[in-house]
Amino acid sequence: MSHDADAITGGQAQASTTPIWKSMLHSPLALPLAGLIVVSILMGFASDNFFSVSNILNVLRQVSIVAILAVGMTFVILTGGIDLSVGALMALAGTMAAGLMVHFGMPGWAGLLAGIAIAIGLGLFNGILVAWGRMPAIIVTLATMGIARGAGLIYSGGYPISGLPSWISWFGVGRIGIIPVPVIAMVIVYALAWVLLERTAFGRHVYAIGGNETAAKLSGVKTGRIKLAVYAISGLTAGLAAIILTGRLMSGQPNAGVGFELDAIAAVVLGGTAIAGGRGLILGTLIGAILLGILNNGLNLMGINPYLQDIIRGFIILLAIYIAREWR
Amino acid sequence: MLELRNIKKSFGRIEVLHGVDLTVQAGEVHALLGENGAGKSTLMKILCGLIRPSEGEVRLDGEVRHFSDYNEAIDAGIGVVFQEFSLVPYLNAVENMFLARELSNGLGFMKRAAMRKRAAEIMKQLGIAIPLDVPIRNLSVAEQQFVEIAKALALDARILVLDEPTATLTPAEVEHLFHVMHSLRSQGVAIIFISHHLEEIFEICDRITVLRDGEYVASCAVSDVDQARLVEMMVGRRIENSFPPKPIIPADASIVLEVAEVQLAKGGPVSSFALRAGEILGFAGLVGSGRTETVLAMLGAYSATRCKLLINGVEIRFADPSEALDAGIGLLPESRKEQGLITSFPILHNVSLNNYGKYLLGHFFINRSRELEDTRTAMQRVRVKAPSPHARVDTLSGGNQQKVVIARWINHNMKVLIFDEPTRGIDVGAKAEIYQLMREFTAQGYSIIMISSELPEVIGMSDRVCVFRSGGIVATVEGDAITSEQIMTHATTGRTKHVA
Repeated sequence: MSHDADAITGGQAQASTTPIWKSMLHSPLALPLAGLIVVSILMGFASDNFFSVSNILNVLRQVSIVAILAVGMTFVILTGGIDLSVGALMALAGTMAAGLMVHFGMPGWAGLLAGIAIAIGLGLFNGILVAWGRMPAIIVTLATMGIARGAGLIYSGGYPISGLPSWISWFGVGRIGIIPVPVIAMVIVYALAWVLLERTAFGRHVYAIGGNETAAKLSGVKTGRIKLAVYAISGLTAGLAAIILTGRLMSGQPNAGVGFELDAIAAVVLGGTAIAGGRGLILGTLIGAILLGILNNGLNLMGINPYLQDIIRGFIILLAIYIAREWR
Repeated sequence: MLELRNIKKSFGRIEVLHGVDLTVQAGEVHALLGENGAGKSTLMKILCGLIRPSEGEVRLDGEVRHFSDYNEAIDAGIGVVFQEFSLVPYLNAVENMFLARELSNGLGFMKRAAMRKRAAEIMKQLGIAIPLDVPIRNLSVAEQQFVEIAKALALDARILVLDEPTATLTPAEVEHLFHVMHSLRSQGVAIIFISHHLEEIFEICDRITVLRDGEYVASCAVSDVDQARLVEMMVGRRIENSFPPKPIIPADASIVLEVAEVQLAKGGPVSSFALRAGEILGFAGLVGSGRTETVLAMLGAYSATRCKLLINGVEIRFADPSEALDAGIGLLPESRKEQGLITSFPILHNVSLNNYGKYLLGHFFINRSRELEDTRTAMQRVRVKAPSPHARVDTLSGGNQQKVVIARWINHNMKVLIFDEPTRGIDVGAKAEIYQLMREFTAQGYSIIMISSELPEVIGMSDRVCVFRSGGIVATVEGDAITSEQIMTHATTGRTKHVA
């Protein structure tokens, strides 16, 4: 409610006079970042080993899979949707990639690409049902989750498929310099996602649909296509995560990634993205994923009972959301 | 009976109410007037305990009361009918009226018969007949409003706040509402009435209180003021004749858009019309007469039985508003917040939302400096008052929000603009500005279809008027024939032409 006298018509030459620290305080990243710092410091006190370079790189490598899944999840949640199928898509993509290499003699690169293609295909399937079938995302992706998980188990008979070309392990445990390959992959995926969301019309439309789908549609935004695309992107990131997972395990594991979709959602929400869509930043998701990783790592270093860890993490997520509730 | 004294309210460092007084007597209809953003809604929210005042006191029957939530206010006898109803669409009238205050017996079971009887009594007392067993969503807007009023009475409200109750009602329904208000007044209920329709103030209200920019301006009896004086109190200046002069449209002006046939529902009327270059074509009619559906069908956002469009004589069909956009047809929707704006976006992104095509760098990236520059130009062109293009639209007044949606289309190379209720819920000053803008656009070669439920607006702005009734156009009037009598006659009693 500003007074007209002070207002500038058309907003010419409005140099922001608020100090930088203040605008940072109001950035949606402020809270996740503060959480990350606080948790890091606490973990640093609790364990001498925490701030060592090797431990930090280790944490980043551990979070990379969930962090990459969370990229696709961010796109989907920004449009006001949800994708519960990412964990199962990742497992299926990894299993099929391994199966095509081992049972059908496909070259390694072709197997990996086929795995990614399968994940994108199922992502598109989700997208078609949500965008054009007008079915609720939570149900569609829940169903796809079951379908993908079942398909992987049937194909593999429930057993891991091993015997992959040895170079595939580079994706999971390789390093460039001292930096693990999964961490590099994660950084690249986040950089691309940032460009897509912040600098392209597509990204703006993603936010617009989450903000007000009716308004976006009536303004001429092609809402159907955009929604289709975000589920396909979520499939793509599940496929990329599958490559890292396969490289780490050196096998296709149909049972892998159970519950990863929930970790990915937790990372997105901890990163400050509104679960109803329209608001959020991709960098927040990265912070959220790392925050979760640090918690896991720190609680492990402290030697806390794994079952208790689940409870502690649950409460920390609730606390974070409670604080964020009052923030805006 | 009710006294609000020296109420101040600040959000953060910004004070939005600077010491407002309001005194309401039992058995009077008290109008609360002011432009959008004057602080009426904030004051009402304080009254019903939704927000707390920073300073000042609320006295009820001489006793200082501060409600910490809405429930306490209800218990004290305050009932509010908000602009957006708070009814549960799937419950029926009785269930809604007693929601969260169900009558129950000792065992915790609801006394359904007792509630139904009480509901029927209240409806009778109000003199309205509403089906009590139908889910609310199947009732008309007016009926839902009566249920809201009945709900307040079921909770023994002695002070009833009606926030713009007439905005979406037809004249007959307004008449009915006024009748109900009269009977409530005679039963000693105090009514606080908020409306932008000044004629209504003179018809129904006893006293008025005027706010402007969060300041208390004056309170007086309605009989002490006239309409011009009222407007002056609200805006702080005299508003000149708000409709710009109509240009002369040549009879042979080219046709920019022809709707050869549109049929909204199977067996319904089939209509056709043509839009000429540079004209404002008014769509008049009662709420629900099919005006909005007709334009949505044209744009591909509503599935009509038949819809045949011709642009330059070529038949065209839009499957989606994005295709209409490509053809140069844009819509300013009926409801700014629900259909027009992305409220979480700043002005900048709202304006450029559908127009990234012209900002692309290398086919893909947004050219952000051009985006900003064009947004500034568009904002200046429609005179949006805002601190910067980065201001969030939910911080703007209704009039400025509407201008942002208009700016979105002006940013395009459009030919046809469809304005659906362009001035609903907008204050007097902003209305005049929007009328002025519409004429500027037509002078620049745009053609406008304007849907409006406000007769003076239809008459003052339209070069021709299509009158709708039960799903189709029943008459088209132009020139001196554009009078309220003509339009109302066609809208309420005209014969509809049915085609199988």
